[in-house]
Amino acid sequence: MKKQKLVMVGNGMAGCRTLEELLKLAPDLYEITVFGAEPHPNYNRIMLSPVLAGETKFEDIILNDLAWYRDNGITLHAGKQVVKIDRKARKVIAADDTEASYDRLLLATGSSPFILPVPGKDLPGVIAYRDIADTEAMIEAAQHHSHAVVIGAGLLGLEAANGLKLRGMDVTVVHLAGWIMERQLDKTAADLLQKSLESKGLKFLLGKQTAELVAGESGRVAAIRFKDGGGIPADLVVMAVGILPNTALAESAGIHCGVGKMRGIVVDDTLQTYDPKIYAVGECVVHRGIAYGLVAPLFEQAKVCANHLAQMGIGRYSGSVTSTKLKVTGIDVFSAGNFMGGEGMEDIVLSDPSGGVYKKLVIQGDHLAGAVLYGDTADGAWYFQLLKNQQSIAEIRDHLMFGSNHVGDVGHAGQVKAATMPDSAEVCGCNGVCKGDIVRAIKTHGLFTVEDVRKHTKASSSCGSCTGLVEQLLASTVGGAYQPSDSKNKPVCGCTDHTHGEVRAAIRDQHLLNIPDTLRALGWKTPNGCATCRPALNYYLISSWPKEAEDDPQSRFINERAHANIQKDGTFSVVPRMWGGLTTPNELRVIADVAEKYQVPTVKMTGGARIDLLGIRKGDLPNVWEDLGKAGLVSGHAYGKSIRTVKTCVGAEHCRFGTQLSMSMGVKLEKMLFGMWAPHKVKLAVSGCPRNCAEAGIKDIGVIGVDSGYELYIAGNGGIKTEIAMFMCKVSNDSEVLEYSGAFLQLYREEAYYLERTCHYVARVGLDYVKKIVVEDATRRTELYERLLYSLQDYEDPWAAAVAQPAARREFTTLEVA
Amino acid sequence: MNDWKQLCALDDIPRLGSRVVKSPKGDIAVFRTAEDDIFALHDKCPHKGGPLSQGMVAGKVVTCPMHSWKIQLESGEAIAPDVGCAHSFAVKLEGETVWISL
Repeated sequence: MKKQKLVMVGNGMAGCRTLEELLKLAPDLYEITVFGAEPHPNYNRIMLSPVLAGETKFEDIILNDLAWYRDNGITLHAGKQVVKIDRKARKVIAADDTEASYDRLLLATGSSPFILPVPGKDLPGVIAYRDIADTEAMIEAAQHHSHAVVIGAGLLGLEAANGLKLRGMDVTVVHLAGWIMERQLDKTAADLLQKSLESKGLKFLLGKQTAELVAGESGRVAAIRFKDGGGIPADLVVMAVGILPNTALAESAGIHCGVGKMRGIVVDDTLQTYDPKIYAVGECVVHRGIAYGLVAPLFEQAKVCANHLAQMGIGRYSGSVTSTKLKVTGIDVFSAGNFMGGEGMEDIVLSDPSGGVYKKLVIQGDHLAGAVLYGDTADGAWYFQLLKNQQSIAEIRDHLMFGSNHVGDVGHAGQVKAATMPDSAEVCGCNGVCKGDIVRAIKTHGLFTVEDVRKHTKASSSCGSCTGLVEQLLASTVGGAYQPSDSKNKPVCGCTDHTHGEVRAAIRDQHLLNIPDTLRALGWKTPNGCATCRPALNYYLISSWPKEAEDDPQSRFINERAHANIQKDGTFSVVPRMWGGLTTPNELRVIADVAEKYQVPTVKMTGGARIDLLGIRKGDLPNVWEDLGKAGLVSGHAYGKSIRTVKTCVGAEHCRFGTQLSMSMGVKLEKMLFGMWAPHKVKLAVSGCPRNCAEAGIKDIGVIGVDSGYELYIAGNGGIKTEIAMFMCKVSNDSEVLEYSGAFLQLYREEAYYLERTCHYVARVGLDYVKKIVVEDATRRTELYERLLYSLQDYEDPWAAAVAQPAARREFTTLEVA
Repeated sequence: MNDWKQLCALDDIPRLGSRVVKSPKGDIAVFRTAEDDIFALHDKCPHKGGPLSQGMVAGKVVTCPMHSWKIQLESGEAIAPDVGCAHSFAVKLEGETVWISL
């Protein structure tokens, strides 16, 4: 079949990102031709500020080099401006008469700087700040001239001013409004920012309207005069007062464009213009009345547009919530949403002027409506997420101001402020990645998301505790272009665009029972998924359809396939279950015999009160299990996303303080939950009195015995980030402990996303939601509890099963070749 | 050149899984894809020596169980950003029989 022709006008970031997304989805669908007015391949426009500041070179900010166009069979006409679209003949014509015909046309013509209509605007030395040519003109001017004036104290203006100052010029920022960055900051934050920029040597003239730019003897600009009569010398004037979408080409072809504040090529949710053969993305478009000037929304548009160009037709762009981040080295500013507040809104403010910290959170009802952070932006991404997801903050309101990282985070030496860390400081403690490595990768590879950084540097790709720091580094390096990952709508992995929630719903609603059917039904992009999605799918299948769905061993991580934990040398560790942490002389004797017989190099107590036999060869596992089984020992599931242990204190059985029989309660819970697979590991503890020797406060379920019954705490965690379990309810006897705990765990099993611990799940849905179902609704509680018991009934010890079935032994034997 | 040795029946290796072969050249992981293609790699991840045989197979890639490096079954090369290569061995399927050449 002959390829269709796709022509793109405009060779900038939004357009090229659309092509990249398209090539991923449908590499062979189109013969692609690109026209770019600039003589360069696509470069990272938001990195112009670091180029100006002398921190980066132009070569380093090229995103798609000429080889990329060649390798993907794209014809690039760089330096050729398209002047006409002939919609009838379906072709575009460039100024030099180059023509290209199209089946689909993509307009990505970007925007132009708004130039103040004042006398002298065309003088030499008066420029805008838009492309590499402007940047080079500024660098050149800085070598020969001394007085720079930047008109406009928005993001771009301040970055230009900062760069010119670093280039040695005397810089004054002239601004019409009463405070700087008035579209992004409230006055308090703006004043702090201004003070800090002034200490770097920048000067500010606020409330000044430009009347005229005056030429000197050489004909070059020499001064700026204001409406109120004053003036200052200026041999370089940079206008940074806003952008205008480039619509002239589209308008001349009769394509509908908005005017005034709604200026732009009008597109619908599929990024199509009024001519369905013509798409448009980027700064040139207006979508639902909004034209975006930040990179993040443009990339969202690119993704949807590519989806439709690839004829998949499932993407929909419904607008973006944007946030602002200034990239001036050493200064941290963040804002998002409605940060000014207003009627029906409340502010929570933390102000420490001499400490250089100011935070304002604007709250409307139970939701965060906006935020301004100055000096400490560590929680910017977190607030942005709360804002974007419209998540209820009712329960966390009292500590909302202190952010998400105020307690319990480990792995990066207590650092929570990326800006103050030296380049040599380790950010990712798992993979040994330093701040300097990450910043360099962001700059040279043009990275915009945490996912990108993970791919290129490995930082934040293991335990994830440094994700917040990586987010800050992204935000401070790429500024407003940084797109905080959208945890709510995040696809399961690269194999699909579906979220965990959508996949779960589909498995339930369509009664899907195995992985191949699921992949087909949901249009997976890869033939057998990957190591990320397959274990998730397998869990969703077996938890949604117990005793019906196929449990696929090849979709389980090796530990769950081999019923033991793989160690760094490829041997395994074996942890027999000790119900409630109790054991017997006979069990200990058998364990000792096994340790000797199989020459187990290390025998250790685990944190869950049982014994770990480390260093067992895989081939020995079935024999070890067989020997342990003789004393009645079964799998402890120390290897699984499943019930791990129920830790207990001595309790009223022996302890003089004990109020409840915590050991027997623990044993009952553990016996009930034996064989329970879950989205992640699940740990319980039972203490016999509030002294809480079983440390129930950091468990998924913590049970505390009191004289009148038990208190149930949920969603604690002692891992990467310590989370204190929250009080769910009080119950009066053992059977209620089983029922309420079981119902909560079943709710978690049915609703949490794979690899979400209970603390993450409850943080997502809210403690109130859990209480409403588990505590207040007796019917739902009973149903949940019964579903849990049903899926656990007749569960067979996997060790005994592996010993009994010769076929299962294949996993543990090797082949030989001479 | 190729000194083919009979290894096992195709069904001795699980689909989307692998078996370990003890050989004079060390442990070799023999993989079987969903389409019944067979590949053999030295059973050591180029990263920190993890046993690739214990990883998860998807498409023509195995993910190492240690630190999730992704290794291409055909070439043994790691997928970027990781760099490294596990030695590959020639294998062939004749009827239902798997052959290997060391």
